[in-house]
Parts: sequence; structure tokens; C-alpha cells
Amino acid sequence: MFIKFFICVSLFFVNLSFAALKIDSWTTKEGMKVFFVENHDLPMLDLEVNFRAGSAYDQSSSSGLASMTNHMLFLGSDGITEEEIVNQFAILGAETGSDFDSDKSSFSLRTLSEKKDEAFKLFKTVIHKPNFDQEILEREKQRYISSLKQSDTQPDSIGSKAFMKALYSDHPYGLPNDGDVESIALIENTMLKNFYNDFYSANGSSMVMVGDISKEDAMKFSSEISQGLPSNGKNSQLPKVNKPKVTELTIPHPSSQAHLFYGFPSIKRSDNDFFPLYVGNYILGGGGFVSRLTGEVREKKGYVYSVYSYFMPMQESGPFQIGLQTKKEQIGPAFDLVKKTVKDFITHGPTEKELKAAKDNMIGGFPMRIDSNKKILSYLSMMAFYDYPLDYLETFSDKVNAVTREDIMEAFQRRVKMDEFSYVIVGAS
Amino acid sequence: MIVFFRKLIYFLFFLPTLLFAQVHQKTLDNGLKIFVKEDHRSPVVVSQVWYRAGSIDEVNGKTGVAHVLEHMMFKGTKTTKPGQFSEVIAAAGGRENAFTGADYTAYFQTLEKSKLPIAMKMESDRMQNLLIKKEEFAKEINVVMEERRWRTDDKPTSQVNELMQSLAFVSHPYGRPIVGWMNDLENMSHEDALEWYENWYSPNNAILVVAGDVKPEEIFALAEKYYGPIPSKTIKERKPQIEAEQMGVRRAEVKAPSKLSYLQMAYKVPALDKDLTKNSTDVYALEVLAGILSNTSASRLNQSLVNDQGLALGAGASYAMITRGGMSLFEFYATPSEGASVIDVEDAIKKEVEKIIQSGVTDDELNRIKTSVIASKVYQQDSVFYQAMQIGQLETIGYPYTLMDSYVENVKKVTSAQIQAVASKYFVDERLTVVTLDPQPVDPNSKPKGKPHVH
Repeated sequence: MFIKFFICVSLFFVNLSFAALKIDSWTTKEGMKVFFVENHDLPMLDLEVNFRAGSAYDQSSSSGLASMTNHMLFLGSDGITEEEIVNQFAILGAETGSDFDSDKSSFSLRTLSEKKDEAFKLFKTVIHKPNFDQEILEREKQRYISSLKQSDTQPDSIGSKAFMKALYSDHPYGLPNDGDVESIALIENTMLKNFYNDFYSANGSSMVMVGDISKEDAMKFSSEISQGLPSNGKNSQLPKVNKPKVTELTIPHPSSQAHLFYGFPSIKRSDNDFFPLYVGNYILGGGGFVSRLTGEVREKKGYVYSVYSYFMPMQESGPFQIGLQTKKEQIGPAFDLVKKTVKDFITHGPTEKELKAAKDNMIGGFPMRIDSNKKILSYLSMMAFYDYPLDYLETFSDKVNAVTREDIMEAFQRRVKMDEFSYVIVGAS
Repeated sequence: MIVFFRKLIYFLFFLPTLLFAQVHQKTLDNGLKIFVKEDHRSPVVVSQVWYRAGSIDEVNGKTGVAHVLEHMMFKGTKTTKPGQFSEVIAAAGGRENAFTGADYTAYFQTLEKSKLPIAMKMESDRMQNLLIKKEEFAKEINVVMEERRWRTDDKPTSQVNELMQSLAFVSHPYGRPIVGWMNDLENMSHEDALEWYENWYSPNNAILVVAGDVKPEEIFALAEKYYGPIPSKTIKERKPQIEAEQMGVRRAEVKAPSKLSYLQMAYKVPALDKDLTKNSTDVYALEVLAGILSNTSASRLNQSLVNDQGLALGAGASYAMITRGGMSLFEFYATPSEGASVIDVEDAIKKEVEKIIQSGVTDDELNRIKTSVIASKVYQQDSVFYQAMQIGQLETIGYPYTLMDSYVENVKKVTSAQIQAVASKYFVDERLTVVTLDPQPVDPNSKPKGKPHVH
């Protein structure tokens, strides 16, 4: 199946006020923050638990430990084998998932409401009592190592890893999410147990629930999850991101396309410039078909299938990144056109027409952002994890609406400096 | 690793069904079939137009034209400029895109419900008034070639899959890549795209599916207003293009930069007959077998090859039960562990099949698959888009949307003996094609294969 446009998942979650969404919030005795939306339209429940236990909490000598801890959690608990766990969820018709990035480690459960008590009980066991079996660990280490070696042969992974290293150097955001071949080889199950005890405590973590469950039961679930977690966790802060040296790196590769990664460490989740930068980026390269980058590089020149830009706000400064792929003979002109487009945008800002179109899209498109339990779950999850205020949704539309052309220009000129951009090109001829 | 197309079909059928009681249906005088599914949870609507025209309808020398036309559908009509479609939908707060498969091409918009008329107006406009300008085509064909490079040429497992399809299907059009061969793209003209549009884009070769916070009568009235005046066309005859009989196992390999090898095996099997009164025992048994082999990480293939034997880093199976082309593949794929060969893994997969032929499957395995199908029926109702997608896909391919109801019942009836029977009937060398990846070191000095592209 071929889709007309590669939809780059914007890692900004945009929310606008929506009257129908009533969010409940509380903190458990053990310090876990909970967001909850009660909704009985469908006989099902979605829940997710998030820990501050992403790859940014790794030491460079044991890079990959955080990822392996996340991965091993479902592979055996409380004496139940990995196979039995999977089969027990399956016979309940429940679906589980896990997710992992630099900041967080998360686990989710989707269940029919009639099976929610049984499914939740099993989910709790998984979260509370991982076996971290050494034999399974050895097998999984081998899978990680092989997969890392494979990544090192593919242009996208090569480029993305080199780009993060260029932006973050020795900051933990520069560590590869899944570690490297040498560090993975050194992981032992005692290290997993220690990491779990240090980073999987209730205090600082969050839980979200959406669906067919009463508030009373939801409160019970959240306190049960909290109670079984390690109690003496570390409260480690991530270091601040320093301004990196500019890197200009070209990595040869026999692929037919060259892959460009271009940008700098930009904003945090709580950044004051969030709104002008976000609305501005929609116009520059976040708005899919209608962005300037797509217009110039794809529509007018036919250089690429996909070109995009995004800010990825994280706990500390996440990347601003521009990317494209094009046949290697034309990477030069394509890259020049990207630079020219960005420069024009920073210098002159958007037009009033562009700004209006951007606001119309964000405000008018709001209902689609929360039109399913799954989508609501992921927004709540982000809000709870990054300590967003509860009225974030209600005030969002006003904040987008308040952004002016001048705000965007001012914020881009102050925050987005092209002479501080690094780039990595994989596959240049 | 699964290509998206296969995954999608598989997804449709392994996580199937919503309750179809509320689907409303009408056919306009010009032949456009309309389906409306109400879902009032949010003030949102999805509108999808599906054309019964996909890569299966292409001819040699013009492969990829279905997908190229899909791109050109965003390049303006008699009254709109290139890109205007996307601008208008975006300014209405909408999201939109399109996709091309072997069996169909579809266009969709998701909007706040009051904005639906905007989408209908523009979608109906490009059903009849598309302009394919030479200079726009010249740029867009380059975009499509970049898409091919990105999806296929530089992805070793995609190359394996492309070769697999073309080796398994020698005379059937499923052998041709949906994106098209590079040389065909290089030689395609705007007239080729226009010819495709004129041949296949008409209301009597399309269906409209609308799902969300809407009332059927309002949708029928809107559709009458916007799509009603479009004249129907005579759709040309489609040749059956039945695959010639395979006489023995077919094998090939791909060399590409990679650390790990990869194995794909496919057995030719039937798809569900369009006549639902015909016996479908084999098809449902194959469907459940695919689930028992690879629905979860504890299913047979992963449990045995990855968890127990450590022979593979990943292993799975898939089966596309519904196809317009009348036939299908039951596929196995695996990434051998370092130190294991593709031959070891092929043998191990065949041993798993043999075990099933000899001893059948357990009641627990059957029950887990059946439970998963029933639970999925609830979960799917969480996505308005997916509800529309199921109706559109089934109806375009040639099945009634009500198939989803009988699907669950038929899955529930499958027995271990039926699974044993299909495994021994279809998993034989005379139906088998095997393609493997022979990994090559990354040599930065090697040039991409093929002639340099001159533009």
C-alpha cells in the first residue's frame, strides 16, 4: 500500500479546549500522579503507566540497560513464564503494549470492561514482580546486539544515531535508546533489578485511564499499582543540555538516496516559546502537504517524497529537526533549498494568510485529536508525565489564537539560529 | 518484517469486525454506492471514496500508474489549482490522504462534522474534472521515484518482498509491484495517467463511505447533490489473468547491504470466494492457522524459533484472506539469528508445519484466537476511520460488508482437523516460493545498481 505522503508524526501534541472531555486527577499516597476520563460509550478500558526511566537515565557504560528493563518486564513475572503471561492475556482478549524513549518507559493495557479485574490483576503482576530471568536475558541481549548491528547498516538508523550524537555529545540524550553492542553485552540481571528498584517507583511516575470504569474503581486500580512498586527510588534530575559544537558530517553509504538530518537542541516541555514556535513550525515544515518545505522541495521541485521539520520538546531540550531523503546526485541542491526556505522563514516570518490557515487547521481540527479513547489516552499520558496543568486543554485554543506573526518571527529569530545547526548526511556521493 | 500492504490486510482480518447493524446503504442513479455508519461519540466525520482500480488492473510497461494517478489527484482540476485540495481541507481543520493497493485506490478526509460538504464538493470535483498537466506530471513522477527508492530500493527486506511477489505470480498481476518498476516510472507520460483516469474514475466504479456523527438521510442528500450529477462511464472488461499452474518450488535470492539475512516463504492458497454460499472451510482454517502460528509472541513460530530454539530473531506468518484477484499467498517470514542460516530457519518453519499436520492444534490455541477475534470486535469501534475502512475495503474488493458478521461465526467453527487438512493440502513444494536475503557488507564505494538516471 502506498500512501501519497509520508506522514511525519508530529511529536507535539496539540490540544484545544473541548467541552465534553472531563478529566479527573489525583495523586496516590505513594506519589503517583493519575489522570482519568470516565466514558461508558464502549465496554472497554484503556490504561497506561509511565515511568521516568527512559534511556536518558542510563549511564554510558551500561547504555541500553533502561531499554532492556522495559523490554524484560513482560518476559516473566512472579514465577509465571513469558509464554504463560502472553497466553493469559490472550485468553482474556486483552492487549498489552510497551513504549520507550529517552525520557520514559511505559506500559499499556486494553481490556474489555467485563474482564478488567482479571486483566488488571495480571498487568499488576507484570509491573510489580518482573523475574528478570538470566537465561531469557542472555537470549534478548543477543537479539538486541544483532538488531543493533543491523541498524548500523541501514542509512536511516545510521543517520539518526549520528545526528543525536552530534547534538547531544555526552549528554544522556546522545546515548542510543537501545544501547550499543559492547554495553548490551555487559548487562546482568542484577543490573536490571537495581535499575527497576531505582527508577520504577510510584513517586514521579504517572498513570492514565480512559473508558468504562467508575472513578471509585479507577482510584482503587491506581492505588494498587502504586502500592506494589519499589519504595526507595532515585530522584535523579537530567542534566541541562549544553550548546553543542556545530557538526557537519557526511557518511558514505551505497544506498540510492542520501538522507539528511539537520537541526539543533531546541525546547523543553515547559518552554515559554512553545506556542509561537509550534504554530510557526506548522507553517514551515510541520503541516504536511501545506507546509513551506513541502511546497518548495517536493511540490515545486520534485526532489523528495518526504521533507519535514519538527520541534520535539522533551524533559530537557529536545531536538529541532529537519529531514529529507533524495537521490544522492541531487542532495546538494535539495539541501540548499532547505536552507534557503528556513532562512526566508526566520528572516521574514509567515504571511498573515499562512498564519490564519495554520490557526484554522489547529483550532478547527481539534475534535479529531480526541475522537477515540486511544487518542485521549495518549494526550492524557503526555500531560500527566510532563506535569502539564489540568486546564491545558481548555486554554490551548486561546493560546494558539493569541500567536501573532511578530511573535513567531521574534521567537524564531531568537531561538532558531541556523549557524548553530548541525547536519548529518548519510549516503552522499 | 512485514510490508504495510500485507499487514493492513492481515490487520483487517485478524482484528476484525464491528457491529454492522447501523450501516445504511444507497446507490445513486449513476451507480455510486454509498454506505453510512453512524458513530455519535465525537463531532467528527470521515469521508472515503474508494475506486475499484488498483495495480492489479495495470498492464505491462505501465506498472505503477494507479499510484501515480493517485498523486496527480492532488494537482488540480478545471476549477482548482495544484495543491488547492490540500489547502482547503487543512484550513477546514481536516486531515486527508490517499492510498493505493493492488485491489483499489482510496481517498479520505477526516473533519469536524460541519465541514463535510467542503470535502464532498472537492472530492466529487476531482472524480470528473481532474486536469493532468504535463509540467505538474513531470515534477510528480520524480516524487514517486523518490518514494520507490525510499520504500523499496534502499530497503533490503522490501526488495525480498518485491521479488517474492513477482516470482510467485508469473502471469497474475499480483506479481507486479504496486509502486511500479523503476523503468516503467521513468518512461511514464502524463497521457498514461490521463488514460488511467479516464478508464477507471467514474461513480459506477466507486463507492463512498461516510462514518461518524452524521445522519444517513443527510449524507444521502449531500451525496446526491455533489456526486449525483456525475455521469457514469462504461468500464472496460477486466481480463481474468489466472495464474498459470506452478510445477515446483521456486527459489531466488537478493544481495543487499545488511548485517542480517532474511527469509520469506509463500505458498499459493485460495482467497475467500466472492460467492459466500460456496464452501469456505479451507479459507477460514488458513485464517485461524495464521493466527495460531503468529498472533502473539507466544504463538508457535515465535515461541519455537525465537524463544525456544534461538534460531531466529523474529518469525511470523500472514495470510490475506480477502483479495479481488481471487488468489492469495500464505506467507512465512523470519530473520535468522547470527550463526543460523536461512536453510536452518526454512527447515525449522517446515517442522512447525509438520507438527501441526501430524498432531493438530490444541483447544487452548483455538480458544485464544477466537477470543481475540471477539474482543477485537469491541476495540475496533474505538476508531471511526477504521470502521469506514473495513466497509470500503470489503465492498471495493467485491464482498458484502456484512461478511464481518459471518466472519466471526466462521472463525468460531474452525477445528483442529480442518487446520491439519489445509496445512497438508496447501503447504507443498508445488505451491512454494522462497526468497532469501544474502547480506552484503556496506561498501560505500559501490554504486547503486542499474543504469544511472538521466533527466
